[in-house]
Amino acid sequence: MADGSIGLWTVPLAVFGGAIRVSTPFLFVSLGECITERSGRINLGLEGTLVMGAMSAYGISYLSGSPWLGVIAAGITGALLGALHAGICSLPRVNDIAVGIALMLFGTGLAFYLGKPLIEPTAARLPAIDFGWWSDVPQVRAALRINVLFLIGIALAPVLYWAFRTTRWGLLIRTAGESSDAARAMGYSVLAIRLRATMIGGFLSGIGGSFLSLFYPGSWNEGLSSGQGITAVALVIFARWDPMLCLWASLAFGGAAALGPALQSVGVTSGYHLFNAAPYILTLAIMIITCSPKRTLTGAPAELSITR
Amino acid sequence: MEFGRISRRHLLQGGAALTLGSAFGAGGARAADTTIGFIYVGSRDDYGYNQAHAQGAAALKKIAGLKVVEEEKVPETDAVEKTIESMINLDGASLLFPTSFGYYNPHMIKMAKKFPKLRFEHCGGLWSDTDPKNAGSYFGYIDEAQYISGIVAGYTSKSGKIGFVAAKPIPQVLRNINAFALGAKLANPKTTTQVIFTGDWSMPVKEAEATNSLIDQGVDVLTCHVDGPKTMVENAARRGAMVCGYHVNQSPLAPKAYLTGAEWNWEALYPKFVKMIAAGEAIPNFYRGGLKEGVVKTSPYGEAVSAEARKHADEIKAKFLSTEGYSIFKGGLMNNKGKTVIAAGTDRGQKDPELEKMDYLVKGVLGATS
Repeated sequence: MADGSIGLWTVPLAVFGGAIRVSTPFLFVSLGECITERSGRINLGLEGTLVMGAMSAYGISYLSGSPWLGVIAAGITGALLGALHAGICSLPRVNDIAVGIALMLFGTGLAFYLGKPLIEPTAARLPAIDFGWWSDVPQVRAALRINVLFLIGIALAPVLYWAFRTTRWGLLIRTAGESSDAARAMGYSVLAIRLRATMIGGFLSGIGGSFLSLFYPGSWNEGLSSGQGITAVALVIFARWDPMLCLWASLAFGGAAALGPALQSVGVTSGYHLFNAAPYILTLAIMIITCSPKRTLTGAPAELSITR
Repeated sequence: MEFGRISRRHLLQGGAALTLGSAFGAGGARAADTTIGFIYVGSRDDYGYNQAHAQGAAALKKIAGLKVVEEEKVPETDAVEKTIESMINLDGASLLFPTSFGYYNPHMIKMAKKFPKLRFEHCGGLWSDTDPKNAGSYFGYIDEAQYISGIVAGYTSKSGKIGFVAAKPIPQVLRNINAFALGAKLANPKTTTQVIFTGDWSMPVKEAEATNSLIDQGVDVLTCHVDGPKTMVENAARRGAMVCGYHVNQSPLAPKAYLTGAEWNWEALYPKFVKMIAAGEAIPNFYRGGLKEGVVKTSPYGEAVSAEARKHADEIKAKFLSTEGYSIFKGGLMNNKGKTVIAAGTDRGQKDPELEKMDYLVKGVLGATS
């Protein structure tokens, strides 16, 4: 169009763009949590890990000038928090959900405390790859400025799917999650498997956090996560512990987050609170549709404290 | 999620209360100096609303004999009452600034009744005769600065479409949107202002999405009314759009894209309040001021602002500063549903309390309040 507007096309484009822009943290946290939960443990602390990851990535990127160092620092921070969770949970009679909630508060609190001096400075951001070169519509070009972390996340989902099914360590994680007795009988330490699975989960969540602060929205502040970590943990449950479903669910959540603002921008203004709540309504709807009182959730690892 | 309730301060205060309480008795912790308490709803370095107040508090810290205590991230619930009580009982605060809109009624009113000898100053509240005399509300007519920003935005926009990322449709926000839109129309009568409400004061992902959606619609100048404008400013500048700031000067974040902005000037007002108290003068319970009174100010113009825009904006600014003043909201004003909201011939001056109950968007604004 002559005035540079694309009219109602904004809505599908924004949902598509939103799926790409907003979904990455969901994707990394949910894939990480998928690994952790498949090993038989729930780490609810990933909200805190996400925020700590975002803060440490921003801090390291600001201090070193290299955003990639920031991403690595976020991953290491996440892995350390994961190790902390797994370490506490390996003590006898410790409830992993309670530890998770404690670590969620600890992670966010620590990130806010350490992140105070980082709110004002501007850190180096992760670069975007321009996949919209073929289009002369600036809106499409903007929507297709994709960060490589998103591509890694997308590639990671089928890799994990394949790894759970066909590799040795995939089988080990699943064994620890389905029957810790069987794993023990095979001579493996369940605690060691879960420690590694939780650390990998934390590592991925930390990287998800680095996306928030270093790419989109692209700065550190205390409202940055607004509950995305905890949403992603819930997302694993309705993705049925399946990495591929985690991918689709993350994309759907990203798109849903863009729906409210996009509809308002084209003039659909009534009930925007409802559209803003779209991701949560989506969660509820899927949970209601898929749950059944007659059986446990299909795909749920048998060792999880919520299914046991 | 709100984790602010269990802050480090609370813990420290708990410990201090035990030791001091036993050593000196209840009043022992009070110093002879005046202690002033500041309460913020968010983080005090958010490049926005709370930072503006914290800059005001910082100005007080420089004055000898004053002690400033601060607590941030206090929700607009009875949590603020607890904070006020602890500031009074533990820190000996005698003047309190609960700075967030939702603190006023019923929380601060309740505290003002409970501590009739202390002074409470609320930012944004509507003090009325039935409220306690030791409570007061102050606010700035920041819509004057928004009007100036709107003029600059109207001249700068090539598409004639301006975007406004707003938090909630409450009167203060609506007044800013309307003033901004009217200023833009003064510069270019064909300008439309598209508003998107994100639903809350700090929603970075929604704010970024709103910014992108607006730019996708052809908007090329944006402003906002959220607690932390950093997200909007940075994301808009990345997409090549121009921005007008809010709360504090955000030009360091986007030096090329920053046109001007509406800023609070609390670092001038708070020391003034303290001087009034020290001199024994009463602060009016209902205190308001705009550009003329120095309660608000505009950011210096950015390099992208044309000479024409500067001239027009400076002219209007001079009118605000003059003794006659200037009215933004004048008769014959229609809302964006086609209804007349200010009848022809009526001139709502800036001090008119009707304006603080604004519940409409003026003609030229695309969007709805509900």
